[in-house]
Order: sequence, then structure tokens, then C-alpha cells
Amino acid sequence: MADTGEGKKEEADYKRLHSFPLIRHTDMPEEMRVEAMELCVTACEKYATNNESAAKMIKEMMDKKFGSSWHVVIGEGFGFEITHEVKNLLYMFFGGSLAVCVWKCS
Amino acid sequence: MRKAVPAKAGDKQRQNQNGPPGGKAGQPRLYGALTKKRDEDTSTEVGEGVDEWSTSKTVVKPPDQLELTEAELKEEFTRVLTANNPHAPRNIVRYSFKERAYKPISYVDQIAIHFSLNGNMILRDSDEGRRQSLRLSNASEKAPSESSAVVSEEAEIKDEKGTEDTQAAEEEEAEGAEAAEAAEAAEAEEPPPPKVKEKKLANQFNFIERSSRTLDNPLRERASQSEPTPCKNFSANANQWEIYDAYVEELQKMEKSKEKEKPKAQIGKKEEKKRGKKLTSLELQSDDITKISNAAKIMERMVNQNIFDDIAQDFKYFEDASDEYRDHRGTLLPLWKFQYDKTKRLAVTAISWNPKYKDLFAVGYGSYDFMKQSQGMLVLYTMKNPTFPEYVFSSESGIMCLDIHNDHPHLMAVGFYDGNVAIYNFKKATSQPSYKSSAKSGKHTDPVWQVKWQKDDMDNNLNFFSVSSDGRIVSWTLVKNELVHTDVIKLSAEGTTMQGPEGLQLQTVGCGTSFDFHKKIDYLFLVGTEEGKIYKCSKCYSSQFLDVFEAHHMAVDSVSWNPYHLKIFISCSSDWTVKIWDHTIKTPMFIYDLNAAVGDVAWSPYSSTVFAAVTTDGKAHVFDLNINKYEALCTQVVVAKKKNKITHIQFNPVYPVVIIGDERGQVTCLKLSPNLRKMPKEKKGQEVKKGPEVEIAKLDKLLILVREPDGRAQGQADKAPL
Repeated sequence: MADTGEGKKEEADYKRLHSFPLIRHTDMPEEMRVEAMELCVTACEKYATNNESAAKMIKEMMDKKFGSSWHVVIGEGFGFEITHEVKNLLYMFFGGSLAVCVWKCS
Repeated sequence: MRKAVPAKAGDKQRQNQNGPPGGKAGQPRLYGALTKKRDEDTSTEVGEGVDEWSTSKTVVKPPDQLELTEAELKEEFTRVLTANNPHAPRNIVRYSFKERAYKPISYVDQIAIHFSLNGNMILRDSDEGRRQSLRLSNASEKAPSESSAVVSEEAEIKDEKGTEDTQAAEEEEAEGAEAAEAAEAAEAEEPPPPKVKEKKLANQFNFIERSSRTLDNPLRERASQSEPTPCKNFSANANQWEIYDAYVEELQKMEKSKEKEKPKAQIGKKEEKKRGKKLTSLELQSDDITKISNAAKIMERMVNQNIFDDIAQDFKYFEDASDEYRDHRGTLLPLWKFQYDKTKRLAVTAISWNPKYKDLFAVGYGSYDFMKQSQGMLVLYTMKNPTFPEYVFSSESGIMCLDIHNDHPHLMAVGFYDGNVAIYNFKKATSQPSYKSSAKSGKHTDPVWQVKWQKDDMDNNLNFFSVSSDGRIVSWTLVKNELVHTDVIKLSAEGTTMQGPEGLQLQTVGCGTSFDFHKKIDYLFLVGTEEGKIYKCSKCYSSQFLDVFEAHHMAVDSVSWNPYHLKIFISCSSDWTVKIWDHTIKTPMFIYDLNAAVGDVAWSPYSSTVFAAVTTDGKAHVFDLNINKYEALCTQVVVAKKKNKITHIQFNPVYPVVIIGDERGQVTCLKLSPNLRKMPKEKKGQEVKKGPEVEIAKLDKLLILVREPDGRAQGQADKAPL
């Protein structure tokens, strides 16, 4: 019992500790990066259970803000090879278990 | 099939007469202009065989043909044929898409085609001819030689028939082959083999290629073509363990950087009591530069030396030659201007030369405006680098005064507007004071107007005095790591021993604004107050004044003992006057009215009779009593702006320069012209004596003139009306 309690606590600890957004790779300029990151966080928090809606929201907002043809992938596990326009890529982790890849290619 | 053949042949006859390629009768009509001779030529051209069989038939004449006599027929008509077609238009234009304009077409087709006939003859020696003859010889055994002589008309016949007959192609082929035989009147017994049908011979003349041309791409101008946006490829795998690892790594990194910060912060706490987080982060940043800071400093000095080369030359060598003709007047030559962006809004409240490094001076920044108090700055400049300060310390409260320790030139006592005093140590690379008073440790309740280092006390502890408008004069002693305060004197009314009715006026608490300690008599010091009085005090009597001077009508801004003459001191006040006193006499020796509030006065270090004063109207006044005891040798506007005021002045202890601070945070360095520092050289032949004795004697000589009797002395000196 004690063991499981500890495990739960650890898990909670881990969740709490790993809740911040962590940018893994980006070539965006500072301002854009901050904005995109905040947008991702907002979307992921808003649609915590529905990655598709979150991705849709991010895509639409990015299209609005930085011009069209943005693509967004959100998921817990996936691999990808993409061609993106230079200075328009953001690959980040969020919430300890989500990976978000946002890029522009028209 | 056989029966059909002659019928067909007859058909053909008819056709020949009607149609264009027909026989003799048809031709004159078609080529109306042509002669008969010509007509014959054409008929021979068609071929002998054709002629033969056509003549054998009766000639059918059209009903409207003219009947001509022999003579008429023989008659010749000459007609000139030109190559030009009279009907051809000469001004045809066509739109050119390439040039986007209508272009006249230079070449106009002059040929008018009335009739064309595809040839049906093949050379006997050619490949095709040989093949055909071979085929024919195979097909018909009877007259191979004849068939070879007569050119087979397969193609032609087929064409003609195509218009008239709607029979099947198969039949036509067969007919074509048999027609030739029929013409020879030789009956073909067998139909031509099916081989002939299959082998179609390509006509070399109307051969058409099937492949279609591809579209030409329209021309585009280069300007309309944009560069494609640069793209890059990126690939990664996202899965739970990688995400986890990334987070763990990041957290470890964060912890490490935190650990780095902590020890530094702890060390800092030991040294200083209060310290903001901002400062620690600033320190961390500066860590990276420290390695090259020395080199950078040298480089900076070199650059500055080059930039300000002319000023440095002036400082060292320039002596105003015009002073010789100016007769007891002098000037101040502006040298460097020291300014720092962060102190632009602050007023210079204190300046002081470093006693050890003669080019280094400290400037305190604050504000004299009660309503506009903000932060304070303590900045150290060197004359070697006018562009940027050597040291910068900032404080929450405005700095009002400072003093650098004589024996420890890295220690500086500072008084703040909020009543605190502090000690800064330049040796320590922190921006906070090493020691600072607090509300607990007896700080002043009003701005500290002046601080002054004292000789070390009996236990060799550093100590300094401070004066504030709360009426206290406090001695601060540095015991271990603490500032211990002792009230030396309270400028309160009950402690005074005033003579006569004036004692009542002193009921109010005296607000000290300045003080100075006697150079030789250790316990003796003077205190100037806001009420305009100057107290002569002793460190030994905390409740009594030795003497009181009714010096000024407004606040005493500065008092200062003469560096040579032990009895003489000078005072200045906002009541526009500068006064020179003998501390044993209650009336001033000299009074000078400068027509504006006097902010500061300073004795020169090189002569007992020279002093300088600055007034709020932006002027600096330099006096030499030895030369002119009534007027200033030099009155010069130093700060141009109307709103700007000069606040302080200091003589450099070695070089003939002064620094002047103003309300806009600017410090100006000025060089004294030779007339302002003239040494007594009048007596010829005699060795010019130097030293304090001479200076004392010089001043004494002047004083004798005014000292006795008191009333007259004042009358003499009081040149300027009060």
C-alpha cells in the first residue's frame, strides 16, 4: 500500500514538474516563438482531451497570425519527416506527455 | 466482276471529259487563255497510253462550244504573263503575339492556284518503281512489260472515285488494278491477289507526320518570377520516453544553474545585509567579461586618449598666454565634461577628489528638490576616461554627501537623503555598501548633509562624523562589522549657552547643514545651520557650544577651515554672500556678495589666499585675496543652460584644475589660468620662499589690515553692500 502511495505521489510530482512547455527544436524568431508557444499551451490546455481540436485551433490561429499554410501535429507518439519553410518550425513538448509540431509549408 | 469492268471504263471516259484532268476537249475551256499548241503539249505529257485510248473514242463537244474555222484556229494570240498577281492585296497586316503589335507582312503570295493534281508517276529505276513492277509481274502474267510501261494509277483513280462512288474501298482497289488492264484491252482473268490490297504505298509527296506539336510555353518576364521560399527538412520521433528524457534533462539543467546561483548569493549575504535578486543576476552576467576586463580597460583608455588628445594636451601644457596682458584677471578653461546616462536626471550633490589617485574623483548624485526625490548614484570618474565612470554604485535614496578616507582611499563614507550613512568599499566588486546604518542603529531622521572621516580612534577603529538637519552630529565607528553611533552634539536650544536675548531664538532645533573639523586642534569643529548660524563646537562637550557666529541670514551651505592659516575659516550661504572669519573674532573679516545664492566654496590647496565659490546662476568665482581683496579675479559662466545650477566645486590637490558639478548630473573639469594661481614673485633677487609659513604670513598680512580695530576692519572689507 505504501508503495503504491509513493508511486502515486511520484507520478503526481512528475506531472507537476513536467507541466511546463519545453521547446525541443525551433528556428523561429524570438517573438514568433513566444507567441506560437503560448498558443500551443493555450490550445492544449483548452482541449486537454481532444488533440484534434487543439491542433485545429493552433493551425487556424497560426494561419491568421502568420499567413496561411500552417500544419500542426499533436500527439503522444509519432514520427515525422517534414519539409518546412525556414524560420517557421516549432517542435515542443508540453504537459509531460504531449509532443507538438507546428510548421509552415505552402 | 468482269462485266462491270467495261462499264466502269466507260464511266471513266465520261468523267474524263467532264472533269478537270480530262481529255483534249475539256482543256481549252479550262485554260481559256492557252493556245492549242500548248494544249497538245499537255496531252502528250499525260502519257502516250492515255492518248491512244482517248482518241479511239468519239469526242464529245459541249453544246456551247464555238465553231471556229481553220484560219481562226490557226490565229495566234500573244499574251504576256507576269509573275505578279493583280488581285493579291499589298497591305496585309497580321498580329504578332511575340511583339504584341500588328506587323505588315512583307511577302504576299502571288501564286494563284486554279488546279492541282497529285502526280501518279513513279520512276522505273526508283525503288518504288521496281517494287511495283515486281508486284505487277506477280499479279498479272500476261503483260508485265506493258503494265510497267504504263504507270499504274491506283492512287489517282481512288481519289476520283472517292468523290463519285460510294462503293466499298475494297472494290475500288480491285477496279483500279483492273482498269489499267482494261485500257490495254487485255482481259484480266484473275482478280489481283489480296497482297496488293494490303501493301499500300506511301506517297512521298503528300506524306503527313502524325505526331502533333507540343505547345510552346508563353514567354514570361523575369520580374514576375519570385524566388521560392527557402525550405528545410526536419524529422524527429516523438514518443513518451523521449519526452520524459527531455524533461528530466531540462530539470537537471535548471537545478544546476540554481545551485550555481545559490553559493554566490550566500557569500553576498555575508558581506551585505540587503541585496536584491537583480544584483546577483547582474553579477553572474559580468562573470564572463571579467577575464578580458583588464585588456578591455586598457583598450578603452587608449581609445579615449586618442579621442581626447587635444584636451589632454591642454590640461598638461596649455597656459593662457593672454593672461599676461589681462592684469590680474584670470579665466577658466573648460576641459573634459563627465556625464553618465543614468545620472542625467540627478543633481550632483557631492564631489570629492581621491587623496591617493590624483586623477580619480567621486561624484554623489541625488536631488536637492524635496518634491523630486528618487534614487541616488555614486560614481567614480577618472580624468583618463571622461566617457564612462570607473565605478558605479546605485542606491535607493539620493546621496547627499560623501568623503573619501585619507589613509584608506578605497573607503568612502556616504550620507543619504533618508538619513542613513554608509561606507562603500571600492575593493569589493559589489554594488552595495559594505556597511550601512539602519533605523535600529540610530540613523538620522533628516537628510545627512555632510560626512567627514576622522582619525582612527584609540582602538584603531575607523570612524567618521555626520551632520543632519535633525540637529544631531553623530560619530560613527566601525566596530568589527557594525556601525556604532554616538551622538556628539545636539543642536538643540536648551544645550546652548547663548548670550542675551538671542538665546531665545535658538529654542528651535538647529538644523546642521555643514561642518568642518579643525586641521590641528583635534576637538574643534564648526557647524553651519539652516538658520544661518555657525557654531564652534568641541567633541568633548556634547551639550555646549564654544561659540556661535551670527553668520548669515539664510542656510549656511558650506564652512571650511583655511588649509594653511589655523584661525581662518570661510563660509558661504544662500543669502548670496561668502564670508571669511577668524574663529576668535565674532565678526567676519571679509564679506563678498556674489548676487546669487552661493552653493559651495572651497579653499585652494596651493595658496592660503585663493578660494573659489559657485553660485546658482551658473557662475564660478575665483578670488585671490593677495591680488585683489575686493573682487573676484575670475567670474565665469560655466553652465550655459538657464535652468541649470552649479552645486559644487572642488580643487584638485595637485593639478591646477577644479571640478564643478551641476544640477543636470554633469561634472565639468576646468583649468585655472596662470593668473589665478600666481605665486608671490614680486621681490627681485630674493629667493622665493615656499611652504605653509609663507602662506600663513601672506594671509596674516592681509588680515592685519582688517583686524584692528574691529569696526573699521569690517568697514574696509565690506566692499560689497549687504
